[in-house]
Formats: sequence, C-alpha cells, structure tokens
Amino acid sequence: MSADLTDDSVIRFARGVRLQHDRVRERWIIQAPERAFIPDPIAAEVLRLVDGTRTLGQIIADLASRFAAPVDVIGRDVHVMVSDLMTRQVLVA
Amino acid sequence: MTETILSPMSLLAELTHRCPLQCPYCSNPLALEPRKNELSTAEWISVLDQAAEMGVLQVHFSGGEPMSRPDLPALIRHAVGLGLYTNLITSGVLLNEKTFPALVEAGLDHVQLSFQDIDTANAEHVGGMKGAQARKIEAARLVAADGMPLTLNFVIYRENAERVPQMLEAALQMGARRVEIAHTQYYGWGLANREALMPTAAQLEQTTEAVEAARKKYEGRLTIDYVTPDYYADRPKPCMGGWGRRFINISPSGRVLPCHAAETIPNVAFPDVRHDTLDHIWREAPLFTMFRGTDWMPQPCRSCDQREKDWGGCRCQALALAGDAAATDPVCSRAPDHERIKAVLDTLPAEPPPFRYRRYARATDEVG
Repeated sequence: MSADLTDDSVIRFARGVRLQHDRVRERWIIQAPERAFIPDPIAAEVLRLVDGTRTLGQIIADLASRFAAPVDVIGRDVHVMVSDLMTRQVLVA
Repeated sequence: MTETILSPMSLLAELTHRCPLQCPYCSNPLALEPRKNELSTAEWISVLDQAAEMGVLQVHFSGGEPMSRPDLPALIRHAVGLGLYTNLITSGVLLNEKTFPALVEAGLDHVQLSFQDIDTANAEHVGGMKGAQARKIEAARLVAADGMPLTLNFVIYRENAERVPQMLEAALQMGARRVEIAHTQYYGWGLANREALMPTAAQLEQTTEAVEAARKKYEGRLTIDYVTPDYYADRPKPCMGGWGRRFINISPSGRVLPCHAAETIPNVAFPDVRHDTLDHIWREAPLFTMFRGTDWMPQPCRSCDQREKDWGGCRCQALALAGDAAATDPVCSRAPDHERIKAVLDTLPAEPPPFRYRRYARATDEVG
C-alpha cells in the first residue's frame, strides 16, 4: 500500500484516529482505537501538518523551510515515517 | 518510600450489568448489580468531567450491555465534548438501524463488537440467546458501512479455539480494522466455568500459530491483538499496567475500582463516586494505595528484576488461587504457589462440564 505514496499524495488521519494535545501531561498523543501512541517530537511536527488537504510534498517543504534542512533528507525521513504510520492504520493516503 | 502517583489514562465505565446475553466467561462479578442501584445520567456526567480533568484520555463504555442504557448517546456526546476518545464495547444485539444513528451523531469514535464464536450454533449456545449472531453481523455491517473503525472481539475457549483462522477471515470480510483474539480470563464467571472453558496446551499452541500466520497475511489491513490464558505462562501479565497506575473502572453503582474484578478483594472499603471525588479516591483510597507501586510486594517479587515490568502480576488471581491478594501471582514460575496452576491444568476433565450461565441471583432484579 505504501508503495503508492508519492509527494502528490494527500495525507489524512484514518477515521477514528487523531492527534491531540494532552494538557495534563503536556505532550502530543495519537488517539486511536483502544490505544494511544506518543509520537516523538519530529513525528508530532509532521502530524500537526496532516489536515486532509496538504500533500506529502507540501508537508515536506514546510518542514524543510522551518527547520532549514535539505528537502531530500527531510523527504526521505517523512516518507518512511508516513509509510510506517499507514501500516499501523494511523494515516491513510 | 512514597510511590509516584501517575494520572490515569483510561476509564472503563460499566454503565450497567444488564445484558441480553449470558456468556459463561463474563468478566462481571458473580453478584450482578440490579438496575435500581445504577448511577444516574447526571452522576455519570460528573464522573466524565472529573476523569477528563484528571488526565484520562479514553473512555470505554461497557457493561453488561451499555446499549441497555437509553442515556448512552448523551453520555457519549458529553465525553466527546471533553476531548475524550470514546469507545463502545458492545455485544451488538441492540445495535441496529434504529439505535446506531444516535451514536454516530453523538460523535462515537470506535466500536468493539464481541462474538462468542464464528459458528452460529455454538455462539448462540454460549451467549444463551437465539438469533444473536444475525444481529451481531448486522451490527458489524452498519458500523463498517458508516466508516467508523470497528474491532471484533472473539473470546477463545475450549470449544471454539480451533476456529481462530475462520474468525480472522470473517473479521476482515465484515470490515473490521482490528481483531482481538482474547483467551478467556479466569475471573468472575470465567473462573466459575474454568473447567468448561480452559483450552489444552495443544489448543493454545494452535491458536498462537493461527494468529502469527494471520498477522503476516493481513498486515496493514487488520491489526490483531492476542491475549493468552496466563495459566500457561511462566511470567505473570502486568495486570492493568500496574495497580492504580493507568486504569480506573467504575461499576454500575459508582464503585471506583483498580480493575473489574477488584470487588473480590477482602477487608477493604470500596470507595464510590456518590461519596467522594474521583481524584481523591485515585490518590488516597486504601483500595488504590494498597497495591500501588512495589512497596507492598512480598518475596520473590520484592527483589525480582521484573517487579516494575509485571508489577507482581494480578492481585485478584493471587487471591483466587493462593487465597491472598498480596501474594505473588501464582502464574509466576517463581511464586511459592505456582504448583496450584499446574494442579488445575493437570486435572482438566476430558469432557467439559455444562456451563454455569451468567445470571442475576434473583430473577426479579433482571427485569428491564
């Protein structure tokens, strides 16, 4: 499935999954069916840009400019991360 | 040493013990709560407010059959408004095209639907309700058609263990995203029916292999959670992730418990939300502090390198099998009472005895 993932793919959360700020523990969490994941800080930055309208390419460009990092390096990492989260049924493209 | 008190993550709201089914492995206590003792809508709303304030992230509406409560949509809507993740744990027999839209409208996040078996005749024999299977299949269809994530829960026992591959295939066909293949846990009614339900070691091995094969086959399409019967394990399970660490259970009458079987613990008061706040109970009630952390532990737990991994296993199981809730869980091969587990497994009857069905002690309590 993740083989279909390109920079033009529009990424969104699977139904029943969301990113939420946990104000008691002061961290981001992924709420999912009967489990909550804690994204690492980089994953949280990526997931905050997932809104069902942005493409993967737009998300990568945004991160590259904000963190002043090369697009190809960020792009590779984000592709791997998004593929993994698709396998875990957190994201869909 | 003072134990660190974490904020609870998860709340199991047992709205009622009433249920159209009578499964002999039900996790409810043997003494079922009659309807007249159930918390009101306003009392549940206050529980949800307090839970969210304390840091609870997910609320699981359960029972009995939570859909027996007409205020379920209102409670879901309130929980959603608080940012809680809402999960409905249901038998599905009351979930139909008349009742489901109100749950969708309320903002329900997820449904966990239980099946007694994939074989209809045996499923209805175990649940004690004719026609239940067709209703469950229709419930699954409605949830999947809506697009709401669906988990199917299959409880595994001696009579259905061989059908795990068919259960997993059926789950995929029914549009489930997750499946729980959960061996019976031997508390409450499950403990009362242990001789009838306990699988053999060979059956356990077979189900484990079926799950491992299916995980490869369905990767990315179906998440499979697998729960084994801990009688066959060498190390105990980290019950509830540790006593009073992550999990709160509220009984239909508002008792606040560290797990759904905790009402078996003797010589301790059961705190309830009608008389105290949830936060105060969580922090201070003896029922929560008595087994929190590691200070309470006997040997061999106290000096064991696993003590903050398995938290000494399960208190209710220690009570049920060793006669002492403060003992090391007898499942552990290092426990002084480990022989008792072996004795149970070595004396399983060749022919399973008839079930003792989950029922109210007095038929008059059951009406409604």
